[in-house]
Amino acid sequence: MSKILIRGAKVLGGEPQDVLIDGETIAEVGTGLSAEGAEVVEADGRVLLPGLVDLHTHLREPGREDSETVLTGTRAAASGGYTAVFAMANTFPVADTAGVVEQVYRLGREHGYCDVQPIGAVTVGLEGRKLAELGAMHESAAGVTVFSDDGKCVDDAVIMRRALEYVKAFGGVVAQHAQEPRLTEGAQMNEGVVSAELGLGGWPAVAEESIIARDVLLAEHVGSRVHICHLSTAGSVEIVRWAKSRGIDVTAEVTPHHLLLTDELVRSYNPVYKVNPPLRTERDVRALREALADGTIDIVATDHAPHPHEDKDCEWAAAAMGMVGLETALSVVQQTMVETGLLDWAGVADRMSRKPAEIGRALGHGRPVSAGEPANLTLVDTAYRGEVDPAGFASRSRNTPYEGRELPGRVTHTWLRGRATLVDGKLA
Amino acid sequence: MDTEQQKQQYESDARPVLEAPDIARVLTRIAHEIVERAKGADDVVLLGIPTRGVYLAQRLAAKLQEITGRAIPVGSLDITMYRDDLRMHPPRALARTDIPGDGIDGRLVVLVDDVLFSGRTIRAALDALNDIGRPRAVQLAVLVDRGHRELPIRADYVGKNLPTSLRETVKVQLAEEDGRDTVLLGVKRTSPDGPQ
Amino acid sequence: MQRHLISAADLTRDDAVLILDTAEEMARVADRPIKKLPTLRGRTVVNLFFEDSTRTRISFEAAEKRLSADVINFTAKGSSVSKGESLKDTAQTLEAMGVDAVVIRHGASGAPYRLATSGWIDAAVINAGDGTHQHPTQALLDAFTMRRRLVGRDAGLGRDLSGKRITLVGDILHSRVARSNVDLLHTLGAEVTLVAPPTLVPVGVETWPCEVSYDLDSTLAKTDAVMLLRVQRERMNAAFFPTEREYSRRYGLDGDRMAKMPGHAIVMHPGPMVRGMEITAEVADSDRCTVLEQVTNGVSIRMAVLYLLLGGNEPAVTHTRTEEK
Repeated sequence: MSKILIRGAKVLGGEPQDVLIDGETIAEVGTGLSAEGAEVVEADGRVLLPGLVDLHTHLREPGREDSETVLTGTRAAASGGYTAVFAMANTFPVADTAGVVEQVYRLGREHGYCDVQPIGAVTVGLEGRKLAELGAMHESAAGVTVFSDDGKCVDDAVIMRRALEYVKAFGGVVAQHAQEPRLTEGAQMNEGVVSAELGLGGWPAVAEESIIARDVLLAEHVGSRVHICHLSTAGSVEIVRWAKSRGIDVTAEVTPHHLLLTDELVRSYNPVYKVNPPLRTERDVRALREALADGTIDIVATDHAPHPHEDKDCEWAAAAMGMVGLETALSVVQQTMVETGLLDWAGVADRMSRKPAEIGRALGHGRPVSAGEPANLTLVDTAYRGEVDPAGFASRSRNTPYEGRELPGRVTHTWLRGRATLVDGKLA
Repeated sequence: MDTEQQKQQYESDARPVLEAPDIARVLTRIAHEIVERAKGADDVVLLGIPTRGVYLAQRLAAKLQEITGRAIPVGSLDITMYRDDLRMHPPRALARTDIPGDGIDGRLVVLVDDVLFSGRTIRAALDALNDIGRPRAVQLAVLVDRGHRELPIRADYVGKNLPTSLRETVKVQLAEEDGRDTVLLGVKRTSPDGPQ
Repeated sequence: MQRHLISAADLTRDDAVLILDTAEEMARVADRPIKKLPTLRGRTVVNLFFEDSTRTRISFEAAEKRLSADVINFTAKGSSVSKGESLKDTAQTLEAMGVDAVVIRHGASGAPYRLATSGWIDAAVINAGDGTHQHPTQALLDAFTMRRRLVGRDAGLGRDLSGKRITLVGDILHSRVARSNVDLLHTLGAEVTLVAPPTLVPVGVETWPCEVSYDLDSTLAKTDAVMLLRVQRERMNAAFFPTEREYSRRYGLDGDRMAKMPGHAIVMHPGPMVRGMEITAEVADSDRCTVLEQVTNGVSIRMAVLYLLLGGNEPAVTHTRTEEK
């Protein structure tokens, strides 16, 4: 593999520098580096970040290849600046055995657009009753460390306690989808002013918050770590903040859409806004942004959830929940966090690369942009402004809530271990 | 709807062809003709077509009462939902259809309208009557007949025959609705937005 | 301009009064030997019912037939819909047969709105009840009944319900009738109070243009019309209230409670009534109870809506909220 010189890139948003990639690693970072023998990429003041890491992606393979595959999903990830994604376990069959996680892991490696780290199911078939073979999945070639029944909540307190305890043996973490099932029977959208008017079943904030409260206390009691998926309410932020102040080993993620969109959009009854957890209120959005800025929320995770057109081109109640997010995540974060002054680019690198890699133990990812580190890099044209056009997505699905919306920033290059997966906005 | 300014402009351009005393006189004449042709008007029911036909019908009824000494049943017949041009305009607000208590079966119904023009309104009125009952006979009284029939319809009682060109407009004003009695003959103006 | 009727909240005061006035004229047609008008001759209306509601369907069908529209009835049960065909495909199939308007009843809130705004079909859409969202023609017939009884049949023409005090009692949470009535009655100037156990009042009700009370007795004395909403027995099993007996003791209308109302006050119910639950037989059969008038008025209101939306080359009713982009 040859040398690549990225010239004049604002590393983590700082002063322009040159970055020389040699083979799979960063050879040198400095100014006025020699271009001899290297392919030159003129960065022209674009921002260079460590390759992004998504702790929460639905790749849908095996089972729902009509909406996404490991190939199309990792191509979407590369387009969005990601070099590693964690693939959720709610496939068909469920990723609750070493066999399924190894298959997904291998597909990611073969396609080569983005490292795929499978997440294992906590319980067999995501049914919440019997622990899956967590140890076997960890020991498999996939080396699973994150376990989640995402899409469903591990609502049984005893099962949750046992899972938290059990994964301590190999440094695993349980990522909880916090949704009290009884409080969300028939729930269609955030419960509040808008649901009252639209006559859609309410999804109360307390259904999320009560589970988070229980789980941080369980984590404290058994001395384990717990990760909270897609935290969406101001109350959840308060609970996590309290837990961290007590020294509980809890981490939390927020999705880009919960940083930008509110339940007012549901007035259109357009199911493109139907998502789990639901879009909340302006007050929640503000609290989530502040929490991401002050570190209460550790990371941004996309909850990239592809669905075929027919599952969204219907009445609200019949529609599937979820939005695609890999190809718009960084733009939404730029708009909601960077351009509002809440985070600088170093902060973005921390929330979208370093910390998610650390939580998921993704070796070689989320590393500093410095000599000797793996060359997992993302180059972002932060001055770009453009309307989101789903027709240009690499993902197989188009269910984005941002169609036609102007968002800032565009990923132009992505390098996975020194190999370009995205060049000038086009997949390699 | 005309603006006040357009209305004044129209009225200053238009020429009165009947004034209040003329209107009173022709209604009296029509009343006498009805009594004569209906042989005492024993079974007459007057039905005015909204808006101004209703006031004319009421005035005729009063005159008939003066002549015969008996109260003559009078009502209104809205023809909006029987029009043949419904799909050429936005839906119109409905006016009142008010059939006198004893109905119209076996009676002599005299339809009353202000201006007889294409005949389409009267065609709609005959359809409407058909759904309400079965009169012995139907006659038509109008204040002004301006010609240009598009259907084989004629009036039995005419206040004034007024030969007009299609470029002209005929406007009846009655005290009950417009504050004064007059019939105006004007010239149709075409605005840049199309014909009025 | 919009050609649809999706929500009572979309109607301006003038629109609503025009519909009520038009319905008064339509009501007179019912008194004639031939209860039929040629107005919608050649227009085709499909009644697309994804939920059982014989009453509402028959009411629309009667209105459509009295206006001489061609009527197609489509009931989801036993059709391709029960085999998984989507709303979109069903609607497009019907439109391919050349329908001018779709009257839709659907269990999913927002389904008529989707039908009207998603570009699936061109026909006018009239909401005949969607989930727990809206039932605008029910609210219109209720307002029509109130105006006749509380203002007067002729005296009411051109007028709204300013200053009238209306109380809605029962399962507000799951009621599209309540939502539509709150919107329309507020537009017409009435003062609305909702009375229900707190479990059956939606979270978020505080932004609605009405008062909320948990106490029926204190409200009745200041009420010109009380509307009882049906309370489904299965709500008991979801712990919305303990027992039928306790519900009817606290929120049911019996003769003693009715006696506390002003002499002119009326008792309304959208039907079907659960006698012994929200209303006793004594009240249901009293001459203050307008249930059957409401049914009669429903046909007149639906004729008025059909005429004003379909009777011309464009609708006479303007809309604010559901405007197409």
